[in-house]
This record gives sequence, C-alpha cells and structure tokens, in this order.
Amino acid sequence: MKIRIKFSKQGNMKFIGHLDIMRYFQKAMRRADVEIRYSEGFSPHQIMSFAAPLGVGLTGSGEYLDIEVLSTDSSKEMVRRLNDVMVEDMEILSYKRLPDDAANAMSLVAACDYTITLRKDYDNGLSCSGKEFFTNLMLFIENGNLEVVKKTKKGEKLMDLKPLIYEKRLTEGGEGIFLKLSSGSSANMKPEQLLEAYCKSLGKEYPAFAFRINREEVYADSGPDTSHRFTPLEEFGDDIE
Amino acid sequence: MRKLALSDEILLSIQQPARYIGGEVNMCVKDPKSVAVRFAMCFPDVYEIGMSHLGIQILYDMLNKKEDVYCERVYSPWMDLDAIMREKHIPLFSMETQDPIKNFDFLGITLQYEMCYTNILQILDLSRIPLHAADRTWDDPIVIGGGPCALNPEPIAEFFDIFYIGDGETVYYDLMDTYKESRKQNDSRDAFLKKAAQIPGLYVPSLYDPEYNEDGTIKSFLPNCPEAPEKIQRQIMMEMTDTFYPEKPLVPFIKVTQDRVVLEIMRGCIRGCRFCQAGMIYRPVREKSVEKLKELAKKMLKSTGHEEISLSSLSSSDYRSLESLVRFLIEEFYGKGVNVSLPSLRIDAFSLDVMSKVQDVKKSSLTFAPEAGSQRLRDVINKGLTEEDILSGASEAFLGGWNRVKLYFMLGLPTETTEDMEGIALLSEKIAEKYYEIPKDQRKGKVQVVASTSFFVPKPFTPFQWARMCTKEEFLGKARVVNHKMKEMLNYKSLKYNWHEADVTVLEGVLARGDRRVGAVIEEAYKNGALYDAWSETFKNEVWMKAFETCGVDIDFYTTRERSLNEVFPWDFIDAGVTKEFLKREWLNSAGGIVTPNCREKCSGCGIRRFGGGVCYENQD
Repeated sequence: MKIRIKFSKQGNMKFIGHLDIMRYFQKAMRRADVEIRYSEGFSPHQIMSFAAPLGVGLTGSGEYLDIEVLSTDSSKEMVRRLNDVMVEDMEILSYKRLPDDAANAMSLVAACDYTITLRKDYDNGLSCSGKEFFTNLMLFIENGNLEVVKKTKKGEKLMDLKPLIYEKRLTEGGEGIFLKLSSGSSANMKPEQLLEAYCKSLGKEYPAFAFRINREEVYADSGPDTSHRFTPLEEFGDDIE
Repeated sequence: MRKLALSDEILLSIQQPARYIGGEVNMCVKDPKSVAVRFAMCFPDVYEIGMSHLGIQILYDMLNKKEDVYCERVYSPWMDLDAIMREKHIPLFSMETQDPIKNFDFLGITLQYEMCYTNILQILDLSRIPLHAADRTWDDPIVIGGGPCALNPEPIAEFFDIFYIGDGETVYYDLMDTYKESRKQNDSRDAFLKKAAQIPGLYVPSLYDPEYNEDGTIKSFLPNCPEAPEKIQRQIMMEMTDTFYPEKPLVPFIKVTQDRVVLEIMRGCIRGCRFCQAGMIYRPVREKSVEKLKELAKKMLKSTGHEEISLSSLSSSDYRSLESLVRFLIEEFYGKGVNVSLPSLRIDAFSLDVMSKVQDVKKSSLTFAPEAGSQRLRDVINKGLTEEDILSGASEAFLGGWNRVKLYFMLGLPTETTEDMEGIALLSEKIAEKYYEIPKDQRKGKVQVVASTSFFVPKPFTPFQWARMCTKEEFLGKARVVNHKMKEMLNYKSLKYNWHEADVTVLEGVLARGDRRVGAVIEEAYKNGALYDAWSETFKNEVWMKAFETCGVDIDFYTTRERSLNEVFPWDFIDAGVTKEFLKREWLNSAGGIVTPNCREKCSGCGIRRFGGGVCYENQD
C-alpha cells in the first residue's frame, strides 16, 4: 500500500541535511510502529523516497515523502502517532493513501512555492529595506536580464531563469516575495539563483545568510502539452478513514 | 523554537552544524529555573565520538531522574568552530539550553583516554573557567572528572576540583545533596570541597600534597587536612540488574560512531590479561539478568527507532546467558529490519552459527585478538587464546564461507624477543595455509589475512604497571621486523600488515603513568596549539616535545625507566579493588610465563572478593 506523507521542517531543523532527514524518518517510522515495507536481501531497507531534497539553511512547510506499508491505521491516527515521535520543529501534516499505480513523488515534482524574507537580525550590506529590496526584485524579474551561468558536470551552461518563474508577488505588507518556480529533473531552479543574479545586477555581493527562505508547497504538473496545471502532491492521495 | 548560542551564519559556515544545536530525539527538557543543580556533562572530543559513549547516556538519564537536577551535555567544538569562538569571543555552551557552561553548578568531564587531555583545557578555556582549580571561585562550576583515566588523575589533578573514582551509578546523588546543603548554608567553595572529600570515592586533589625523592620518584602522598581520607576507595555498583540504564537514549540527527542501541550485558572481565587496564579496574564481573536485558532491548529499540542493537561488554562470550539472549534478539527483532551486532565474541561453533544468521558472510570478516605472536608471549601476558583455538576457529569459519580474517597484536610487550615478533607473520601465514587446505572447488576466491599491531603502553593498576616501555625507535624497529618477516611468507600475497606512527604512543605512555609534574607540560602544549591529540590529522608532536623541554620534564623518566617493586606510584592512594600485592604477584608470574586461571576457573585472590559481590560469589547465589 502506497502512502504519501506531508510534513513541515522548521526552525533549527533547517541545519539538518537531507541525508540525515532520511535517517531521521527511518527511525521515526520504527518509533511510531509504522508497518513499513522492507526491501529483500541481506541488508533490508525501508521503502521510502522523498519528493525533493531541501537544502541546508532552508525551511519547508509542505515537504513530502512516500512510503509503502503492509497495513495501516486511519490517516488521523497515523498523523497522531507520527507526531508523537517527532522532535520540535518537525510536524506531520497529512498521511494519505495513494492509488497502487501512483507515480512516486520525486518523479512528479514540477514546481515549488517559496517565500523569501530578509532577516532582521543580520547586517546584509544591501543598504535598503525589505520592502524596497523585494519591490525592486519584482521589477528585475519583469525587465532584467535573468540569464545565469550554471555549472554542470560538463562545464558551464547559460540558463535563462525567466521562463522558470511561474508566479511572483509581494507578500502581505511587501516585506517578502512569493515565487512559484520550476522544479524537478527537467528544469530545476533554486530561489538562491534569482537572488544571486539580482544582487549581481546591483553590483553587490550576494549576502548568502541574509534571507529566510521557506518552501511552501511542492507540485506536480498535470496540464496538457505546454499549459500548466499545478497540483499539490498531497492531492494525489486520499484520507484513510 | 529553542534559541541557539550560534548564529545562522556561523552554523551555516562550519562543518556539521548538528553537532551544536541539540534538540535530538529523547533530549531531556527542563526549566533551568526550576532546578537546584545544573550539571553540564562533557565528553572532551567531537560530538560524533562523545554521543557514542554509553557511560554519559547512563549518567545523563540517572541525573535527570532527579527532579531538582538538570543534566545537559557539552562536547569539544571542532577546530573550525574553535577558531570562530575565540575570534568572536563566544563562550562555550550546552546542547540543551545553549546556556554558557560558566553558569552551571557542575562541569563533569569523562576521561576515556589520555589523548583528550588538551581538549579538557579547551573546554575550560572556551567556557572561561580558570584552568587551575586553585584560581576558581563560586562564579565557576565545580569541575569533576570521572572514567577510566581518573584511576590515575595526577597529570590533570591541577585542572579539576574533584575526581570521581569508580562506577558513576553510586555516589552522584550524595554529591548533589551535599552540594545543595553547602549552597544553602553559604559554605565557602573550599568548605564544600572538604565535605565532598568525605563522600566515598571522591578525590579532591587540592587536599593532598605529594613529596618527591631525590631521584624524582614519589616519597609520600598525603592529605593536608583531616577531612580527606588517606585512601580513595573505588566505588562499585554491585547490583547491575536493578540499577540505572537509559530506556530512552538520545538519538542524534547525524551519523555518529555508535549509531545503534547499546546493551551493556555485564561489567568487568574474568580473563585477567596482564596488559589490560579495563580487565583489572572493572572487577568483579557483574552480569545483568537476561530477563532485564530482553526487556531493555525492546524498550530501547522502540524509543530510539535504531536499526541495530549491539551487545557491550569486555568479553561477551563470558556472559553466561549469551545463547539465550542472542537467540531472543534474533527471533524477536531480526527480520524486522533490526540488525544484531555482536562484537568481542570468541570464535566458536555458536558464534559462527549466530554470525552466519545475522551477517552477510561475503562482506564480513572474522576478528581474532591473539595480542602476541607466540604462545610463550601469550602466556606472559596471560592471554588465554592458543594457536590451536585460532586455527580451528579460522578453519571452521572458512568452511562456513568466510575468507577474510583480521588479527590484532601488540608490539613492545615485556620480555618480547625477535621470535615473538616474527611469530605474528608465522601465525598469519598458518591461517592463510588453513584456508588453502580446503579443496579448491569449495573455496570462494582468495583469503585475506590482515594483521595489525599497536604499541604497548603500560597502564596503572595492571600487572604491567612496573614494565619498562619502549622508545619510539624500538617500537618502529619491531614493526620493521614483523613487516620484513611477512614478506618472507609463502602466502605473502594474501597477507597484509598494518602499523602506525609511534609518537602518540610515547606521549600516551607519559600521560598514563604520569604524576602531577606532567600537568605543566599539558598546559604548555595546549597553550602552544596542541588540541585533538587523539586525531592523527591534528596531532602536533613537535609542540609536545617543545613543551617537555620548556617545562624540564623528562619523557624517559615516565616511559623507559625501570621501576622497582617498592616504588610508590602516583596512583597508589587509590584503592581500585585489586591489591598491589596481587598485581605484584602477577607481574612476577608474567616474567616466568606462569598463566593465571580466569575467575570462574579458580580464584586468584586479587582482592576484589572483599567487596561482597559479582563473579566471586556466583555459585553461591
């Protein structure tokens, strides 16, 4: 039975890297007595996969992992059981059953939502307020040159970020920006790439620690042809009563 | 969200930020304002090492069971953070509340190996606690040390207010109560320390003065006040079943050395190897009941979610209910994705049967620790493992599909001759030959025998505490003899030989049997940049050598000097349980190669029987 779990990773958990989050969840499954399926062989491992790794330093409020289980309680009960064994700043948001033929989360990822704000307790050297910064960033996305150099295994590649930004708007009060960015194997964009390009256009050094970046949601794209229809990954599953 | 002592920009620019943020599964959370005593428990090495240590998990659980005590943890910041903390003047902090260590009532430091001594000074320094106990006031925590190296605390005596000698489960509560009383009554720090000195097992170094003979040896070592006892009695937790053990151990986020449930099945060892300090200072053997262990295994796997459980003891094969326990663990957990790991097991039919069930034979290797290359020398060190045992064990294992063998030896043991050294190569060769006795069609590829040697360091409270230690040149010469002989062997292509540098060994020798005068060298070396000496990449031998020179301390006095039978040792004021008469007897027996039977075969009168428990009374239960 395939299960999709939505969770949030906040606060100090942003310092824990993806590989350690995987280990964390493997142990959490055992603490919560989830009847997870194991692979065959001499060193069996849990059938578990994550939608998209979240970089160290970022928080997430709509993160996903898929597991396979032999049997399960109701969604409500499983969310409770898992939350009972979570540490502070980690929370299980939903636990849904997927159709047996469902594609795994990782292969579905097409876009992610982010909100970015400026840290108030950090001297970022940008000499402008958050409001100014993000208002101008909006204009930059509209009118600026968003071509960036991307380092790949084969060398350097020119990458245009513009078509990868599906949505942009200032957050309430204008102190931050909301972005829907292309993600996944075909065209993956990180919010830091945009921030870096913008700072470069200002002739300023990119202040890597100046921002708080939260990934809000991860989507699949089920739009026909070139049009997009983004669906949050949890909507592929149903609650278990 | 818990506040952190370090800023985002620091945490995101150092290796492994998870070393410093705490918040792990099963971390104890208390309101520091609601407790009477704040205790910072420290393992003076990097987080991944410290978090793997069972003793601290036991004490953390035990102290936090006391409502008015909050025990938190602290580890050595790695070199990258160390530099940042010094530059930015950030005081050292605890994992739990992230509060400065200086604000705590106690700083407890576990002393697991000598090469961590400069890290202790780093902990004090970064915490802004004066390095010398004599310079501390009530503004500083009481600094207390415990663990195996506390059995000779003299080299680091000046840096500690108290040493705790023996099992941690015994008198910590008494110490906490005494402390609360003292603070309530507004005692001076010195008055409190004098009260602490009256608790059995606690050694307050400032209350003792050594006097030296002209030749540098100790003339006398006596208390300088009536409160301090002449002898410090090592504390022994006799009841191992019904005692503290963490049912909910901490689970780190990052992979640490011991990333599994550790089940201590017994304390102590019946074997009496003459080089082994643990085999002497943890006497008598005390087993936990198998029923208790089964219950603990269940609870600990459930509360941690670990995928592996490991048995811990000095010699697991000597645990009397081993078969029953191991069969239970395999039946109950194996197949549920939980791996069972069985270190320190004698290779015999039972262990091979069990290992073939829980390990991938193709990937695992067999381990033997003959310690010495010849039967003569194995008799000298009282290692009751014969060539016959090794060859028949290896032979059975080869038939079971194994084809990799690891062998551990020591070089520089007392009375060692060239033949003994060459015996290492010869034994390795015989094992390889055993493999090739198997018909070709039943063999799975080539055999690989890896022999590793370490250099012998005489330790206090062992029969070899009188032994002369080799010089660096002697050690390396011995390794060359073995290496040369290895190459002469018929199957040399199947043999591999490992050894390492001898600089650290020499230093370990000084610190292990050192006296108070060695403390100045440690401090001088630390001040000139020595830190993380247990790590080969950070060990700076030249800094140490210069420190010896500056302080006018002679290395050879502590290492290569011959000690007379009636010399007063710096650790003689501690009664570790085994008597000096017994150790002397064993030392004399060793020279003649006279073997001493193990505790279950025959009592050798080591002196531990007077403590009224453990293996000494086993058949009278």
